[in-house]
Amino acid sequence: MIEWQPLILTFKLALVTTVLLLIIAIPLSYWLAYSKSKVKPIIETLVSMPLVLPPTVLGFYLLIAFSPSNTIGSWLNDYLDLQLIFSFHGLVFASIIYSLPFMVQPLQSGFSNISSSIIEASYVLGKTKTKTLFKVLLPNMKSSILTGIVLAFAHTIGEFGVVLMIGGNIPGETKVASIAIYDEVEALNYTMANTYSIILFAITFFILLLVYLINGGYIKPFKK
Amino acid sequence: MIQISVQKKLLAADGEIKLNVNISLKKGKLTTIYGPSGAGKTSLLRIISGLLKADKGRIVVNQKTWLDTDKKISLKPQERKLGFVFQDYALFPNMTVKENLLFALDKGQDKKIITNLIAITELESLKDRKPENLSGGQKQRVALARALVRKPDILMLDEPLSALDPAMRNKLQDYILKVHKEYNLTTVLISHEVGEIVKMSDTVLILEKGEVIKQGNPFDVFTNKQISGKFQFTGEIINIKKEDIIYVVTILIGSSFVKVVAEENELKDINIGDTVIVASKAFNPIFQKVK
Repeated sequence: MIEWQPLILTFKLALVTTVLLLIIAIPLSYWLAYSKSKVKPIIETLVSMPLVLPPTVLGFYLLIAFSPSNTIGSWLNDYLDLQLIFSFHGLVFASIIYSLPFMVQPLQSGFSNISSSIIEASYVLGKTKTKTLFKVLLPNMKSSILTGIVLAFAHTIGEFGVVLMIGGNIPGETKVASIAIYDEVEALNYTMANTYSIILFAITFFILLLVYLINGGYIKPFKK
Repeated sequence: MIQISVQKKLLAADGEIKLNVNISLKKGKLTTIYGPSGAGKTSLLRIISGLLKADKGRIVVNQKTWLDTDKKISLKPQERKLGFVFQDYALFPNMTVKENLLFALDKGQDKKIITNLIAITELESLKDRKPENLSGGQKQRVALARALVRKPDILMLDEPLSALDPAMRNKLQDYILKVHKEYNLTTVLISHEVGEIVKMSDTVLILEKGEVIKQGNPFDVFTNKQISGKFQFTGEIINIKKEDIIYVVTILIGSSFVKVVAEENELKDINIGDTVIVASKAFNPIFQKVK
């Protein structure tokens, strides 16, 4: 009998991560798109690092940093009662970092593609930067936002290395589908591994297909 | 009264130029800035609107200081009450025509002005369309109406008509003049068309390499006062008709038609639709092409 818990946990993790990422990435990519600051290339590099770094490297440093025997880990533990290692919270935190470029890059290019005269038009009409962001910028980059959301969601579903390093394999807490598959293979239980794999394969296929259909104009969810 | 005195170093195509402009605009008048590209026309409008920083300068609009670099005053574009019509219209693609206008409203402002503006720019039948479904001339009308929602102290138009065909241009000139008079606006326009300038403006400034080299009544500025006529008017050629060996040219001046006799060589590069000056020396009216 298939155990649904790892799959449910995977989607819960992806959902929470994507929502938080969206909140973080909008101001970050806005800044990256319009800032002329000298530290911008450094921040851009850091944001993109998870694209090339082995997830185990990220997981390893997070493990060290959040270990209760370390300053940050013990401070979080003592003052916020937050344990980030081998816990769902920790997974969310690691996933946010790990999937950050997948959200930030589409949003950043979405911001950059908006003609500057539209932004200036809003300013000379007396509208603040915040109002311009929510009423003019974001509504005109819906497809970038959708791409960011879907890529971040799908990428979090596909996470393995980071989860393994800092989450471990606790059923219902950190045992996500990708870990469960690895587990079943280790136990030579190929039927189970195949079931999980096929479900993940199908779901990610359809999520990505949906994005390409929408952004390619084959279906139109946004009223024009 | 609007006092503008600004200085800024600009990087133009052929090296650095220094924008150094010292002008005053009379309330309720339409001023046109004319000059070659790269002369600093757009930069000047952008400095007035606060979208570009001046190196040094002072802008006072109806006793309110918008910019004073000596006193370190520089209002943000949001705090300057101005209307700006961009060259590329800059309509918000996610909003309908009416929503574009509604967006421009200040907090607590009466919505009645929207209805007025839609009526005056004849946008009633288009008000629920998105900008992508409008023609160039229609977009320009929306941009014009949107710029007027806040009842600006200055209305600035950056080459508003350059992308339009002549017929549409003519109509839009009339729209601009109509709202200019209706709302008693102080308007600044950038234009390359002498005919358009003569038709529309009270004053023209010729800007070259960042400096105002000439200013005044457009008619005087462009004709160099070559003709010392007893009377002279500007009109548009409506018809040219050959009768035997001479031509009869019908010219519309204001709302009345004037017929002038001309010889073939006088009509060499004159076509229907041209703007001309009709002047009289002694008894025979003569005309000269200005557009």
